[in-house]
Amino acid sequence: MNVAIVGATSAIAEAAARLWAARGASLYLAGRREALLAAMADDLRLRGAAKVVTEAFDVSQHEAHHAMLSRAEDTLGEIDCLLVAHGTLPDQAACLANPDLAVREIEVNAVATAALVLRAATRFEARGAGTIAVITSVAGVRGRASNFVYGSAKSLVSTLLEGLRHRMHGRGVAVIDIRPGFVDTPMTAGFPKGPLWATPERVARDIVRAVDRRAGVVYTPWFWRWIMMVIRHIPEPLFVRTKL
Amino acid sequence: MTELSGYGSWGRVFKPRQRVARMRDRTAPLPLPEDGGTILPYGAGRSYGDSCLNDGGTVLRARDLDRFIAFDPATATLRCEAGVLLAEIAAFALPRGLFLPVTPGTRFVTVGGAIANDVHGKNHHRAGTFGHHVARFELLRSDGSRLECSAAANAELFRATIGGLGLTGLITWAEIRLMRVAGPWVRQVERRFGSLAEFFTLSEPLEEQHEYVVAWLDCMPREHGTTRGVLFAGDHDPSPAPVQERTARAVPLTPPFSLVNNLSLRAFNEIYFRTHGREGEAKVVPWDTFFYPLDALGGWNRMYGPRGFFQYQCVVPEGDRGRAALEALLARIAASGQGSFLGVLKRFGTHPPAGMLSFPRAGYTLALDFPNRGEATTQLLDALDLIVLEAGGRVYAAKDARMSPRAFRAFYPEWQAFARFVDPRFSSSFWRRVTAGAAEAHA
Repeated sequence: MNVAIVGATSAIAEAAARLWAARGASLYLAGRREALLAAMADDLRLRGAAKVVTEAFDVSQHEAHHAMLSRAEDTLGEIDCLLVAHGTLPDQAACLANPDLAVREIEVNAVATAALVLRAATRFEARGAGTIAVITSVAGVRGRASNFVYGSAKSLVSTLLEGLRHRMHGRGVAVIDIRPGFVDTPMTAGFPKGPLWATPERVARDIVRAVDRRAGVVYTPWFWRWIMMVIRHIPEPLFVRTKL
Repeated sequence: MTELSGYGSWGRVFKPRQRVARMRDRTAPLPLPEDGGTILPYGAGRSYGDSCLNDGGTVLRARDLDRFIAFDPATATLRCEAGVLLAEIAAFALPRGLFLPVTPGTRFVTVGGAIANDVHGKNHHRAGTFGHHVARFELLRSDGSRLECSAAANAELFRATIGGLGLTGLITWAEIRLMRVAGPWVRQVERRFGSLAEFFTLSEPLEEQHEYVVAWLDCMPREHGTTRGVLFAGDHDPSPAPVQERTARAVPLTPPFSLVNNLSLRAFNEIYFRTHGREGEAKVVPWDTFFYPLDALGGWNRMYGPRGFFQYQCVVPEGDRGRAALEALLARIAASGQGSFLGVLKRFGTHPPAGMLSFPRAGYTLALDFPNRGEATTQLLDALDLIVLEAGGRVYAAKDARMSPRAFRAFYPEWQAFARFVDPRFSSSFWRRVTAGAAEAHA
């Protein structure tokens, strides 16, 4: 199995890469932090990966997407799965104070992701095979006062994936929307942790299983599906009075 | 960085308030606190007392540095980041016919923690401590310097860091010499003993024959004042069958009071004694059953309830003086009525210590758990300290939550030599406690 991972140095992506490595997969790791990519590559080889290739890659440079995907296919062969795991968690208050910052966050978390996913989809559709798995968030399910800049970016990606899944039906390409809840990673280091928090390893297990099953929308851990169902169905007049 | 709970210690006696710093890239600078405060690497949190805590300061999540770096099959040498768990190394090594050269009673400790506490196992009489099998490591100091330490380079810092309780800087990676073994099975023999004298007679011949030897001890007071127990000896065995992974069980929550009391202890010890040590055939058991019986019950420390527990581990010298001290320790514990769930007795070998503050010395080591009953318990442990001091022994810092500064300095006369290597921005609750009032120590 050949897996390309964008945002490969994220804690969740690294945990998923280890699970694939243990199965003997070949991995193409694209990310910004070169030293960390190199350390991951050594580690994944010892954990059983057949081949690991890394690329210093900034997802916000859209013009580089095509070449990165080509290099991945040139070095590994056909990509069976593309995992898109890059992302930032914007400071909502700072975004409200500075709309330019909000736009930059949306560009990284939504626009760059859309550009990459559409490029990959064209390639996968042409050969009628492949899986595109993208880490979005439960935050994309409903706009909330505390976190709607991030949420709206994730929502754009979720809607794009939903439509793409619709289009790819019967064309051999799986499109997976992975929606984690709270995950204890460096991205969320500033938050107090509670019982709803999951480890990156837990989320990674769900990702690998979703790719195996070619699932559609995956909440991880599972209970977020029910939490978000409740939140989605709170009537608007009530919802605006809540503190969420 | 943020204020967090959840970075406690295994005995659950302390409720530290500390900031948490993260570091995932071993080539990155140390995330030193901006307020000028101190930092302490925090591994898996399996130290029992306060040696892994930095109350009022910052702890560095060392578990995030958990990558393998290189493996040389010819020399069986593994280089990995210091946050890798011994469990991960065992999983890597066993399919290659290798194993940890030294392992403590839990595999859920980090390589950095194993070095910082210079841990020992059931094979101390042959293999020494973990530090004896560390070829080299990199130490990242608060001034930004990265020092490769080994017996040949930065040798003093190497000896200070082994057993150095995380105070000399951050170990980013380490190189460990693994051990070739016959397989993932252990052939185990059990021998009952009915007195300490009988233990002394049985123990030495077993050590000559077997790689691993340890004794379980029933510390509950018995009618004739005798001590009973079971000696376990083991060797790696080439049984060809694959090892089935055990289903992990866990204590799901903390009961409102300690489940460990005189009644439950007496029952446990009676059952344990009756089901172990019958003379007969050796049995072959999986590696995890032999080395890590307590790992099968996740969060077992919660059984002691919300007040937690103390573990006490000491070593006393061989010979009459040490034997008399062991008798005195057990008599004092029996008289106190504060029994121990699990008493462990072992004879250490004569290896010269790997580190300046390494705990093991030639002699007998005794480890016991005590439910935290407040002052009654700490007074008992203070009394045990006096017996150990008198005998010329010492108490294990990794297990300690209460020894006095005076006791520490008597147990570890090398502490002043060690203090010169403590990084000025590194500290721990333990270090501040045991060096209180000493001008020589960095605080």
